[in-house]
Amino acid sequence: MKHQISVTVNGTAHEAEVESRLLLVHFIREELRLTGTHIGCDTSHCGVCTVLLDGQPVKSCTVLAAQVDGCKVSTVEGLESGGKLHPIQEAFTEKHALQCGYCTPGMLMTCSALLEQNRNPSEQEIRQAISGNLCRCTGYLNIVKAVQHAAQKIGGAP
Amino acid sequence: MNAPRTDAKICGMGHSMKRKEDPRFIRGKGNYVDDIKLPGMLYMDIVRSPYAHARIKKIDTSKALKIPGVLAVIDGPTLEKYKLHWMPTISADTQMVLPTDEVMYQAQEVCAVIATERYIAADGADAVEVDYEPLPVMVDPLKSIAPGAPVLRKDKKDKKDNLAFHWEAGDRADTEKALQASEVVAEQYVYVPRIHVASMETCGCVADFNPAEGKLTVYMTTQAPHAVRTVFALVAGHVGLSEERIRIVSPDIGGGFGGKVPVYPGYVIAVAASVVIGKPVKWIEDRMENLQADSFARDYHMKVRLGAKKDGTLTALSIKTIADHGYTNASANPMKYPAGLFSICTGSYDLKHAFCEVDAVYTHKPPGGVAYRCSFRVTEAVHAIERVVDVLAQKLKMDPAELRMKNFIAPERFPYKSVLGWEYDSGNYPAALKKAMEIVGYESLRKEQQEKRKRGELMGIGICSFTEIVGAGPSKDFDILGIKMFDSAEIRVHPTGKALARFGTKSQGQGHETTYAQIVAEELGIPASDVQVEEGDTDTAPYGLGTYASRSTPTSGAAASLAARKIRNKAKAIAAHLLECSEADLDWVPGKFFIKGVPDKSKTIQECAFAAYTNMPQGMEPGLEATHYYDPPNLTFPFGSYICVVDLDRGTGEVKVRRFVAVDDCGNIINPMIVDGQIHGGLAQGVGPALYEEISYDEDGNISGGSFLDYYVPTALECPKWETDKTITPSPHHPFGAKGVGESATVGAPPAIANAVVDALSHLGVTHVDIPITPEKVWQLLKAKGVAE
Repeated sequence: MKHQISVTVNGTAHEAEVESRLLLVHFIREELRLTGTHIGCDTSHCGVCTVLLDGQPVKSCTVLAAQVDGCKVSTVEGLESGGKLHPIQEAFTEKHALQCGYCTPGMLMTCSALLEQNRNPSEQEIRQAISGNLCRCTGYLNIVKAVQHAAQKIGGAP
Repeated sequence: MNAPRTDAKICGMGHSMKRKEDPRFIRGKGNYVDDIKLPGMLYMDIVRSPYAHARIKKIDTSKALKIPGVLAVIDGPTLEKYKLHWMPTISADTQMVLPTDEVMYQAQEVCAVIATERYIAADGADAVEVDYEPLPVMVDPLKSIAPGAPVLRKDKKDKKDNLAFHWEAGDRADTEKALQASEVVAEQYVYVPRIHVASMETCGCVADFNPAEGKLTVYMTTQAPHAVRTVFALVAGHVGLSEERIRIVSPDIGGGFGGKVPVYPGYVIAVAASVVIGKPVKWIEDRMENLQADSFARDYHMKVRLGAKKDGTLTALSIKTIADHGYTNASANPMKYPAGLFSICTGSYDLKHAFCEVDAVYTHKPPGGVAYRCSFRVTEAVHAIERVVDVLAQKLKMDPAELRMKNFIAPERFPYKSVLGWEYDSGNYPAALKKAMEIVGYESLRKEQQEKRKRGELMGIGICSFTEIVGAGPSKDFDILGIKMFDSAEIRVHPTGKALARFGTKSQGQGHETTYAQIVAEELGIPASDVQVEEGDTDTAPYGLGTYASRSTPTSGAAASLAARKIRNKAKAIAAHLLECSEADLDWVPGKFFIKGVPDKSKTIQECAFAAYTNMPQGMEPGLEATHYYDPPNLTFPFGSYICVVDLDRGTGEVKVRRFVAVDDCGNIINPMIVDGQIHGGLAQGVGPALYEEISYDEDGNISGGSFLDYYVPTALECPKWETDKTITPSPHHPFGAKGVGESATVGAPPAIANAVVDALSHLGVTHVDIPITPEKVWQLLKAKGVAE
């Protein structure tokens, strides 16, 4: 069965006909060729496929493309605006919060959503927020520091 | 301290330069294998065995082939026609690509479906019907090695037992005698379980055979692209794939940790499919395939005996190991060292008598024995010695720090020849432990522990003072399937003074694009930002053995340094020509030659580069390039002391790592930020195996830990706020005094954590707990001791 969907991805409207079973992550990667969103597991444990669905982080390997009709999806490619990096992107480089780069896009999306909701998160709140995103390279400390750094740059409590 | 010699513009060694890799990764513009989409590309999905041991009676592909879009099913008999159904492992054992008769482990590849789309390939794999005859399963290596056990490897002619190999080092009789004469002997059975690297990116490839050119390009997740090219040529030469027509490209790699060293059947089947069909074929394994079928690490059953005098002076060490290798020995170990560098097991201590032996055994489990972020079995060796030193300390009622201090190889004894044959290049073990004790506040923690014990609270302090052994070659001792373990660098300085540097290694997150550029900057004074680093494409990079076992800085890093020095020597001749003086009149500061005593009379490296193409001295070969193949004279021996503080929950058995202090020494440092980052990551990959990660099997060979549902990779919540520091003891034989570092923390962290947990329970009479120390394991112990809440 096919479904007609209208979805806005990183501000661009898309119309598409998708199979019932098509996963959102495959729609993003294969149909839209936005390959920044990665795949790391099939059980929604690792979080490397995290995107924002109407502002909320979701694991796009466990969302069907057919479910996002009428929604707004944001991926790592949409973080930069007007040629300017998002503060969390800058902070990841500044604090060496990435190594192999594979978990990075999902981690950035989770962290950017956290900063939208909480402009001044504590270390524990950051750790809790990213606990659905696995990273094998960094040991997480520099990611925590990057979020704190970005929070400072954005300007503390909203 | 190696304070930077260069300014921030040149950004040579010692600068925490921001990574050159980052701009693409933070924008989602990395290029990983699954991001590659070629015109006309097909997709492959693999049918895997539900049984650990079974005979394949029939593979019925008729339903699969009826699905629109399914083009072919490749099985063992298909490959047998081309004599490609078996392949060598990198330990020179043999491994099925696809079975023609029996499957030997659960999740083994049975056949592969090729289709026009990913989802259709998966549909096809679901529709293949395989008729199996289940056969008896052998999962226990101790039973497999026992006399009279059924022989597993019936494919091996005349094989009468299940021994993959026996290996030993040291003097058995002498060590036995020394143990007999010891006043105290600490004896401990230590199991280091089967674990999986679980890099965030799984394995996969795009095999692209171009029939018009007869050329095969394989984009694949490999840590060793050149070695893979040679192996492909050796294995498939008879079907027309010769080495000059094979190009292996290792694009961005989402973590390797040793798991991307072997050649897995999936790669070979995809290549065969592309050659037969004449179109590109993509194969990407999912997480369950990754955890269940790719090479595992560890799985060492060790009986450790450590002798000592009553005053704590160590006398002798003996380790007898049964190693479970699964159905084939697919370890990624050098040929001469089938048990890797396990004989580093005397560790940081001055032992005069030692013996170790390893019996490697076949079982009905996936093949392997790769490293998990460690240099060839060093983690197992370090776990054995560091655990048993604590067992001894407990027996002697000595403080474990004091016992270590008493027995460390003294700083003045380096280079130190160990009784098992290694020449440790440099070290200062007491300094590292002293520093770690100061940072953690050892004495006050011991007091706190005493007070907490009175209140019934369980808190432990664990120490590990490890010695690593990394950076293979030297080539006289180290090779993979005959290929010597050197490594390479090629540097080209362009007329405008910018440079391109290519290497035989391959970064998987280590930051080579940054650190190698810094080495070139250090040697030539060309800003690191002007040095473009490339790796991973066998058509352009110089031959090398790849990145694993913490070998990149010790080998290719050294090669970069020496190639750059060749360039500097040539540039010096050019500078002398330009300044109309003799070379002997010239001095060098990074980036510039000048006439001794006349700093104004100078030529920059960029001016020399331009002259190398526009105004070279008469008779000089034009250009400014150099290549160096570096064969290290010895391995490097990084070390460190780690102290871990844990709190145990008496209600749940949960181990909370409260603090973790890591003092590392990897000699001179290229980029402190990157070294620190690698240690952080390594520590997390120490917490995982110490507390959570394990792959185990039931008696039928069914896996437990085969998905992220039950293979617990630590999250940000399980990892503490790492406290890292360093001492610097340069390697005397490395061109710029560096040692490898990427794996130190994975090696050193698990014993520190295990020692801390045992320390928390030692007053209850607990002397050992095998890793992973799960909440259940701790709770059972607490219950047995009557202190569970």
